[in-house]
Amino acid sequence: MNALETTPTPISAPVGILAELTHRCPLGCPYCSNPVELDSRAGELDTETWKRVFSEAAAAGILHAHLSGGEPASRRDLVEIVAHCKKVGLYTNLITSGIGLTQERMRELADAGLDHVQLSIQDAMAESADRIAGYKGAFARKIDVARWVNEVGIPLTVNAVIHRANIARAGRMVEFAVELGARRVEIAHTQYYAWALVNRKVLMPSHAQVEKAVAEVEGLRETYAGKIVIDHVIPDYYAKYPKACMGGWGKRTMNVTPHGKVLPCHAAETIPGLEFWTVREHSLIDIWMNSPAFNAFRGTEWMLEPCRSCPRKTIDFGGCRCQALALTGDARNADPICHLSPHHDKVAEIAATFDDVDANVSASDYIYRTLKTRVPAE
Amino acid sequence: MSDPAEIGGEVKPRLPRGVHLKHDETRGEWLLLAPERVLKTNPIAVEILKRCDGNATLSEIVDDLAAQFKAERARIETDVRALLGELAAKRMVDL
Ligand code: SF4
Ligand code: SF4
Repeated sequence: MNALETTPTPISAPVGILAELTHRCPLGCPYCSNPVELDSRAGELDTETWKRVFSEAAAAGILHAHLSGGEPASRRDLVEIVAHCKKVGLYTNLITSGIGLTQERMRELADAGLDHVQLSIQDAMAESADRIAGYKGAFARKIDVARWVNEVGIPLTVNAVIHRANIARAGRMVEFAVELGARRVEIAHTQYYAWALVNRKVLMPSHAQVEKAVAEVEGLRETYAGKIVIDHVIPDYYAKYPKACMGGWGKRTMNVTPHGKVLPCHAAETIPGLEFWTVREHSLIDIWMNSPAFNAFRGTEWMLEPCRSCPRKTIDFGGCRCQALALTGDARNADPICHLSPHHDKVAEIAATFDDVDANVSASDYIYRTLKTRVPAE
Repeated sequence: MSDPAEIGGEVKPRLPRGVHLKHDETRGEWLLLAPERVLKTNPIAVEILKRCDGNATLSEIVDDLAAQFKAERARIETDVRALLGELAAKRMVDL
C-alpha cells in the first residue's frame, strides 16, 4: 500500500483495551487523567458499537478489558457490556469511583461475570477525601461499595493517586485498603498531564515529602506480604530513567475514547499531527496494525539522540512521548525525566519550585475536572 | 505464611475469583490471568494449576501428578510448593 514502508518488525498482538465508556463522572478530581476537553454524552458510542468493539478486541488477542471512564457506572448499559465481554472471553476489570453503584447493581455485575473491581479513593480521611473529589459523601459511599464488592466475592483493588493534599497519608492508605478488604493496592504518585498539569501548582509535593512517602509505603511491603499486594508508582520527577510508557507505544494496549477514537495512550491527543482512527470507521485490529498514530512511535526508528544510540532504548522506549512533547516541544525527544536528556534541567527546575510547599490545599485552589467549565489558559 | 516449605499438605489450593487459567488462541499458549497481570505458564505449572480446584489437597495433587507423569514424588512436591508459595504471595492462589 505505502511505497515508503520500511521493513517493520512484526507487530505483536495487543494485550489490553482501556475502554473509556463515558467521560461523565460525578466526581471532579483535579488530577483526572481524562483530557481537559472531555467527550460529551451526545457523541458516546452506543451499546451495540461497544459490543462489536469488545468482540473485535477478543479476536485481536486482547486479554484484559478495562472498563473505565469517567465513571463507567454512569452508563446504563454497564451490566450488558460486562456480560458481553465475558461471553467473548475477555477478562473484565471495572475501574470505578464507586459513585453510581448500588448493592443491587454490584450483584448484577457479579452475575454478569465481572472479574475484578478497582476502586479509587481520594484519601484515607473523609473530609480531605471529599474535598479532593469535590463531592460530599463520596468517602462514605466508597466504604459501602468496597463492602458490596467483598460480599459478591469479586477481588478488589484500591487505587489512590498521591499528591500534596494526601501525601502525608500514603502509608495510611495502604492500611485503609487492607481494612476495605482489598487484595491489591495501587499507590500512584500523580503524573502531570491533562487535569493534573492544569493543577500542578497545587498538586505537586516537595522532594522531602515524596521521599518520606515512598519510604513509608516501601516499608509496608514486608508488613503486609501475603496479605495485600502493593503496586507502587513512584514519581517521575526524581527518577534517573523514565518509565516505559504503556510498556511501549503500540506494543500492549489500546485506549478507546467515549466517542470511539482509538489512542495509543490516553494523553496521545496532546501530540499535534497524529492521525487517530475511530472504531466507527475501522475495525480494532485494522487500527492496531495500520493507523498512523499507532505506527508513529512504534519500534525505535523514530528516535532522536540520545535515545537512538542508547542501550536502554528497548527497555524504556525513550519514556513518555507526551511528557517529551510537553517539556521539550518535540515528541520524538527523550523523555526529559531521563538524566541523559539535554532538557533534563527543566524537570529539576520544575521540581525545585516545589521544595518548600506545605500540605494545606484548600478546595478553592483546585480547578476541578468538569464537562462544563472551560479551563483558563496557563 | 507463604514460605513454600511451611504450606501444609492438607490445604486445598484454588484459584480465587478473578484469576483464570486460559488457553490463549492468538498466542497459542496457556496464561494465568489476574488483575493487571498476565503470567506465562509452563506446561508443569498448567498441570498443577488445573488441579487447584479447591477440592483436592496439596498432597493429593502431588500424588496425582507423580502417578500421571511417573515422576519422583519429592521433586514434584518441591515444584508444587514453590509455585503455590509464589502465587499465594501474589494473591493469585488461595491456600
Ligand atoms: S479521576 Fe476522579 S474525576 Fe476523573 S474519572 Fe476518576 S473519579 Fe472521575
Ligand atoms: S536516553 Fe532515551 S532510551 Fe536511553 S535511558 Fe534515556 S530515555 Fe531511555
